[in-house]
Parts: sequence; structure tokens; C-alpha cells
Amino acid sequence: MDARFWLIQTFNGVSYGALLFLVGSGLSLIFGVMRIVNLSHGSYFLLGGYVALTVIWTAGSWLLAVPVAAVTVAVIGLVMERVFLRPLGFDPLRQVLLTVGFAFLFQQAALDIWTGNPFDIDPPAALTKSIVVGGLHLPLYRIFMIGVALAIGLALWLMMEKTRFGAAIRATVDDAQMARGVGIDTSLISMLIFALGALLAALGGVIGGGFLGVYPGLDFEMLPVAFAVVIIGGMGSLGGAAIGALLVGLADNFGKALFPEVSYFTLYAPMALILAVRPTGLFGRD
Amino acid sequence: MTRARCKVLIVIAALAAIALVVPHSTSFLILLATRALAFSILVMSLDLLLGFAGLASLGQAAYLGVGAYLTAILATRYQFGLGYDFGLVVALGMFMSAALAAVFGLLAVRATGVYFLMITLALGQCVWGLAYRWNSLTGGDNGINLPHRPQFGIDLANEVTFFYVVFGFFVVSLSIMYTLVRSPFGRSLVGIREREPRMKILGYNTWLHKYLAFIIAGAFGGLSGVLWAHTAGIVSPENVVLTTSVDALLMTVLGGPGTLVGGAIGAAVVLFIREYLSTLVHWWQYVLGGVYILVILYLPGGLMSIPERIRRRAARAEAPAAQSLAAAKL
Repeated sequence: MDARFWLIQTFNGVSYGALLFLVGSGLSLIFGVMRIVNLSHGSYFLLGGYVALTVIWTAGSWLLAVPVAAVTVAVIGLVMERVFLRPLGFDPLRQVLLTVGFAFLFQQAALDIWTGNPFDIDPPAALTKSIVVGGLHLPLYRIFMIGVALAIGLALWLMMEKTRFGAAIRATVDDAQMARGVGIDTSLISMLIFALGALLAALGGVIGGGFLGVYPGLDFEMLPVAFAVVIIGGMGSLGGAAIGALLVGLADNFGKALFPEVSYFTLYAPMALILAVRPTGLFGRD
Repeated sequence: MTRARCKVLIVIAALAAIALVVPHSTSFLILLATRALAFSILVMSLDLLLGFAGLASLGQAAYLGVGAYLTAILATRYQFGLGYDFGLVVALGMFMSAALAAVFGLLAVRATGVYFLMITLALGQCVWGLAYRWNSLTGGDNGINLPHRPQFGIDLANEVTFFYVVFGFFVVSLSIMYTLVRSPFGRSLVGIREREPRMKILGYNTWLHKYLAFIIAGAFGGLSGVLWAHTAGIVSPENVVLTTSVDALLMTVLGGPGTLVGGAIGAAVVLFIREYLSTLVHWWQYVLGGVYILVILYLPGGLMSIPERIRRRAARAEAPAAQSLAAAKL
């Protein structure tokens, strides 16, 4: 276990964290704005990967697959929010169960449309190379993932902090009732945030498909990890999601490399402890 | 005859019918019924939390996992629990699960609403992570195959005998839980579910009530796990994965929270769809997902609320005045 081991594991952890940020930031925003525990978030991730595959098979373009998959899943999320979640009103249990019901439907639909075979999403040839930095072989694709997460993070931050819409979102997170009182259309914001969350998850699915693959069951594998990100970072906070994603990505990689037998335990036990001590997460808004 | 007593009689009649009819059906149905009964104990334990204390747990499968893994590990490593000592395994499984719940409860019970959901999810994932990764103890992804079912004078390998044993455990569990929710302790739980601050003001230690309910539910989860291990013959991370906890929660809501037997009905319906319908049609999961969504949208009280709804509709048709009364009750 020399310096190379630590560097490579750190790099892998950070790049996995980059992927987790895409999934976690959406989930965190959804939770912050709507207080919904969205158990179909993993399905959005999986569907994103599958839709991208279809686009790649038919049009042969990875570049086209990314936006098409993201927008398709965003529309699915939007419809789900408008038609099913909104009329339910505020009842955490029923909302959770409804999203699970949909997760099961999506699972079966994915099985019917894309069969049960595992697939890989091949990124463009330019991204399959690796570069050598200081004697370390770093796959370009993982660097690309980190770049995407940074870009998305920056865009989200600008939106949240510098635009009127972002201010409205933050107001809704802090106190939805007051936000409505000053004339913010919280219903519209919920809808858009839900769609945005689905879009980010689908984006994660396409990009993650390049190294995780796309296979049945990935939805419910990704879901708890995404929740770990949200909880450790703090619900409804973008910066929290970024730090949470980084921590979970690193913990996951080092856990699997150093003590494989308890690796998931080392991920979820801190999550439970943080929730018990500080329910809003490390960086969440009170 | 009061309505409550009438309901008890209906449940007893239904149980007697199951005990009489099921053993004469096909072996597929006997196994299905055995599975449903074993899993029902877990679902009812969750109903104790959800339906009475108002705590929706997303990690109840952890307790089933502890009971099941304990049974499997004792049986394969030490040949323990395959004879008369099966009774000890049952006691030990319940105790270990209760102990785990006692630890988890310290972290979870203080939380409410969405936070309780999240923290139980995290705790459940802890147990799953260990089951999945701790290869030397749990066999990892492959799980553990149990050698054979216990024999003590009676041979549980016989499916009808085993059915009656699981049925017995189910009836005893149901009776204990029913007694519990009818006791002052159960009444206080309902009070806490309805309005916790008021119960606090009245001098109840609401945390302790919820904590005890959490531990008791854990114990029954453990019992369910011990029985499940021998029913399925294999224990794997599949039993403690998030979707199993979610299943239990959905079964509770499908049957009707706060009814106990509703959980058993929910379990039976879901397992029937999953194991019987899936042999007939490949799109069975649409049916399952659809049933969940429809029940959540249109039948929040679950299947057990159907008779009540019909009664109310009939009453409404008879006297429009009753309608406002029913609305006021809601």
C-alpha cells in the first residue's frame, strides 16, 4: 500500500463521487423543496441509461443520447409529479409508497423493453483513452465525469444563488408556507424541481452507464447510496450534496479496498448516526 | 354482540377455514400459504409500529434478516436447532432481533415522519451491507443453504406438518399482538400516533412507549425470520435488501394499517401475485405496481376498509343526514 494506491483510490473515489453528485443533488433538491422521499429516483437513473442505449442503437450517437435520455426522463418525472404526487397532498407515507409503486412499474417496463441482459454504454472513442500523470494511468472517462459534475454543480449553484428562480427555490426550501404567502408559486417550483431532479438522475444514468453498466436491479442499488449522499450532506442543500457525494464516493472506494467485509456498513452506519444526531444532515438547512 | 367481538369471530372462522382447507390443496398452495404466514408475522410487527404507533419503518427486513441468518448459521455451523433445540433457536432469534431493535431504537425512535423513514432505511442498509459483504459469516451474495428442517418427534420436512407449525406461530403471534394493542399500552400508542404532545402533557413517557413498541416489533420480526429461513431453505441478502422492507410496508398499507390481520391479507395478496400470477403471465409486476398505486390513491385504509366503506355508502344512500355525520367523524 504505497502512495500510488492512495492516489488511485482517491481518484476513483472522487470520480465515483462525481457520479453520485448528479444523482444526489437532484434527490436533495426534491427532498428540500417537497419533503418527498422519492424512492423512484433510482429508477430515473436506470431509465436514463436505458433510453440512452436505445438512442445509441438507433441513431448511433452518444452525444445525442445524453440530452434525449435526460429530457425523456425529466418528462416522466414531471408527469409523475403533476398527475400522481401533487393530488396526494402532504402525507409522507403515501408519497413514499406511491413512488415505490412507480419504481416497480418502471422495473417491469424496463425488463419488457430492454430485456434482462446487462449492457454497457460505450462512450465516444475520444473518452476511452487514459492519460498518464506522474506515472499514474488515469482513464479520461473518469476525468470527464468529474468535469461534468463540476460543470453541473456550477450551473446549479449559479441558478440557485444568482437568479430570481433560485431565490424562490431557496425560499420554498426554508419555509414553503411563507414562500406562498409572498406570492411564490410553490406548486410550479415543485414541478420544475422534480423534473430537474429526474433529469439529473437520468444524466447520471447515462454517464454512469459507461462504467457501472446498465442492468436490472441497478435502480435499487443506486437508490440507498443516493440517500446516503443526501443525508450525509444535508437535505435541500446543494453544497451539502457535493460534500456528501465526495464523502460517500471516497468512503465507498476505500471501504471496498481496505475492509471489504464491512464496506457497506461503514457507509450506512455513519448515515444512521448523522440522522440520529443531526436529522438535517451535516450541512442541511434547519 | 359488539362489533369488535364480531370481528374477532370472523377472524377465528377465517383462520379455522385456512387450517382446514389449505392442507388438502396442492403442495404449491401449501408452500405459498406457509410463506405468506411466515412473512405475515413480519408485516404484523410492522403494523404494530405503523398502524398503532404511527412509525413507518423502511428497515423492518433487518429483523427478519437477523432471525433468518441466526437460524441458518447455527444450523450449518453447529447443527444447532435441527431437533428439539429448534425452540431455543426461536427464542434466541426473537431475543437477538429485539436486542438489535433496542440498539437501533435508541437512534431511530426520537425521529418522526420522513426522518424516521430515512433513519430506518439507513439502519436496514447497515444490516444488508453486513449480510452482503461479510462473506466469512454470511456467505455473501450466495447466502446460506439450510441443511434440512428440524425434526423433533414430528418431521417438519413434511410440508403439511410444517404448515401447521408456522400456522401455530402465526396464531400465537397474532393473539399476543392483538392483546397488546388492546391493552392500555396499545391504547397509549394510538394516543401518541394521534397527538404526541398531548400524551406528553398527560404525563406519558411517549419515547419509552415507542421504544418498547419498536423492540417488540423487532422480536416478532426475528420470529418471522427464523420461520422464513426454514420455509425458504435459503437465507440470502435478498431477505434484508431495501425492497423486502418496502414490501413489508406496502403489504401493511395494502391490507390496512392498524388492523394486524390486514397485514396478513396484504402479505397473502402480494405473495399470491408474485408467486402464482408470475407463473401464468410475464407482466405480473404491472399488476402488483398497479394494485399498490390504486390502493394508495383511492383506498388509504387498505383492503380491510372495504367493508366499512360499503357500509358507509349504504348508510349514505339511506339517510343523507348520516353523510354529514360520517364526514364529521373523518
